[in-house]
Amino acid sequence: MAAYIIRRVLIMLLLLLLLTLIVFVLFSLLPADVARLTCGKICTDQTIELNRIRLGLDKSVFEQYWLFLSALFVGRTYGIGDGAIVCEAPCLGWSFTKSEPVLELILQRLPTTIFLALGAFVLFLVGGVLLGVYSALKRGGWQDRTITSVALIGYSLPSFFFGLVVIYFVIIRWQVLPFPQYEHPWDDPVQFLQTMILPWLVLAILYAAFYTRLTRSQMLETLGEDYIRTARAKGLPERTVIRKHALRAGLTPIVTAAGLDLAGLLGGAIILEAVFSLPGLGGLAISSVVNPDQAILVGITLVTATFIIVANLIVDILYAVIDPRVRVA
Amino acid sequence: MSHDFLQINDLRVSFPTDDGVVRAVSGLTLSVGRGETLAIVGESGSGKSVTAQAIMGLLNPLATEIDGRILLDGVDLLACDPEHRRSMRGSAMAMIFQDPLSSLHPFYRVGDQLIEAVRIHQDVTKKEARTQAIDGLRRVGIPDPERRVDDYPHQLSGGMRQRVMIAMALINGPQLLIADEPTTALDVTVQAQITDLMMDLQQQTGTTMIVITHDLGVVAEMADHVCVMYGGRVVEYGTTDAVYYRPSMPYTRGLLASVPRLDGAYDEHLDPIPGNPPSLIRPPSGCVFHPRCREREAVPGDLCSTVEPDLVTAGPDHRARCHLLTEGTP
Repeated sequence: MAAYIIRRVLIMLLLLLLLTLIVFVLFSLLPADVARLTCGKICTDQTIELNRIRLGLDKSVFEQYWLFLSALFVGRTYGIGDGAIVCEAPCLGWSFTKSEPVLELILQRLPTTIFLALGAFVLFLVGGVLLGVYSALKRGGWQDRTITSVALIGYSLPSFFFGLVVIYFVIIRWQVLPFPQYEHPWDDPVQFLQTMILPWLVLAILYAAFYTRLTRSQMLETLGEDYIRTARAKGLPERTVIRKHALRAGLTPIVTAAGLDLAGLLGGAIILEAVFSLPGLGGLAISSVVNPDQAILVGITLVTATFIIVANLIVDILYAVIDPRVRVA
Repeated sequence: MSHDFLQINDLRVSFPTDDGVVRAVSGLTLSVGRGETLAIVGESGSGKSVTAQAIMGLLNPLATEIDGRILLDGVDLLACDPEHRRSMRGSAMAMIFQDPLSSLHPFYRVGDQLIEAVRIHQDVTKKEARTQAIDGLRRVGIPDPERRVDDYPHQLSGGMRQRVMIAMALINGPQLLIADEPTTALDVTVQAQITDLMMDLQQQTGTTMIVITHDLGVVAEMADHVCVMYGGRVVEYGTTDAVYYRPSMPYTRGLLASVPRLDGAYDEHLDPIPGNPPSLIRPPSGCVFHPRCREREAVPGDLCSTVEPDLVTAGPDHRARCHLLTEGTP
């Protein structure tokens, strides 16, 4: 087990290194001229050239990559003399449009995104799995048919549409909730909940639909397994058969999907954050596209991809926890 | 005769499907005496496994219709409270399945699966249950049970897994043990070991046993009585000797003729039964076996294809379902 985890962690570190390279190369291939975009209001050819030198864009791609990579560990100074900008380690780049380190910007936005992601994650996972199990147990009955059809509708709704519909009815027409105005929970917990409840529900319903379907098909498959019959033949109560024997066996693909979905959500539910004007990573990403800031986009891409890679590691470890046969592999 | 420990009366099991109702068991009547071993033989789809699962109560009640009576030591299993029936599973009656790999949960240690079985039915601590689990493993001949108890099923060989299944079935001292093709999925060398083990254990415990198999060698070795099933019906029933030496139904004769014999002539060919098992949705009229029967010419008229024969006496403690016995011309 320990050897398995060590091997997975080493693979992950290698992947992360590869990831920085890929992201860096991809963004340097873009036609956008960063030196021009970040040179400020009064832009002469000369200032652009100076800016290019300040950003290190005059160096070769490999040197630039090295600068970018080493900045993560030792920081980086843009320019020289009095006008120099110091970005301390770990430096993920500097946003010249916002005059702040990219990491700082991301960390400011991250809590909102984490709250949104975790809240929705708990809701859709619990809801989806419970509904899926229930649906599988009532296979072919009206409960099963209702759940399956509603899940199909939920699965096919686009999030911006669903989000806007919910805002229109709940906030504008019925005025059950005030307009979303995000506050951190430690500042104003009531306001926080009032703002988050709708995006949580919308995300949860969209994702729960998928988990309901996945859990249902997994349960139906495992309920037909021989070891389930053995569990019943032992005289176990049906509840234990379902919980301890069937659900655990059907869990593996659910864990995979859940891990990756959580990682994806942590990278920002871009559209939904915009719909509910939440100050999360998604909003930051959109504003950096509208108001071009490549440093931020590189940073967000890296952070999001890192989440996915870490989630994969966690999923792999969970596999081994769930299924002893994986540990030897 | 103590032919009343397990009594099955007119058992009917059917599964409604989109293509029609599958009548897996049609009016099965059987009894097994305490401490006896009954073998149920027949080809795939003859209803033997369904009968076993009906006794154990393992058929999905939503997808199955069950009629008739199954009395285990006087308790009507089909009429009693489902909770009471559940508590009898694993304690009063237990079952071993065909494929020991897929029948053990791959994610739990064999010890934990045994401990679980103990603690459903006995109010003991985990530690005591573990001791019982180790004893159970030792009893079925697993070497070094103190260590093996912490193995996962995938770490054991096929024969070991089946031993674990047997240990699990016997751990609460059931009075009835049903073995559904216990050796089919095993290597030939291991088959004999498992058969011997089951016979030894039965002698020690006096458990009543039903062995479902299509291995007639296993039958000859283990069973006191044999019940031959075809198309969801009992077509022949009797002591093992009677059925082997005086098979009274053409299907049984065919079954016996399709087994290779060590004492047979070198160039003797096997004699398989022609045709396929009958449809259980639209079974043949009359005798279910008549479309494949090679001896129906011996019965006058079209009796075989119009009238279903009854189980009639073919000898002492021996009955068969064939018109030859009553109408046949010798």
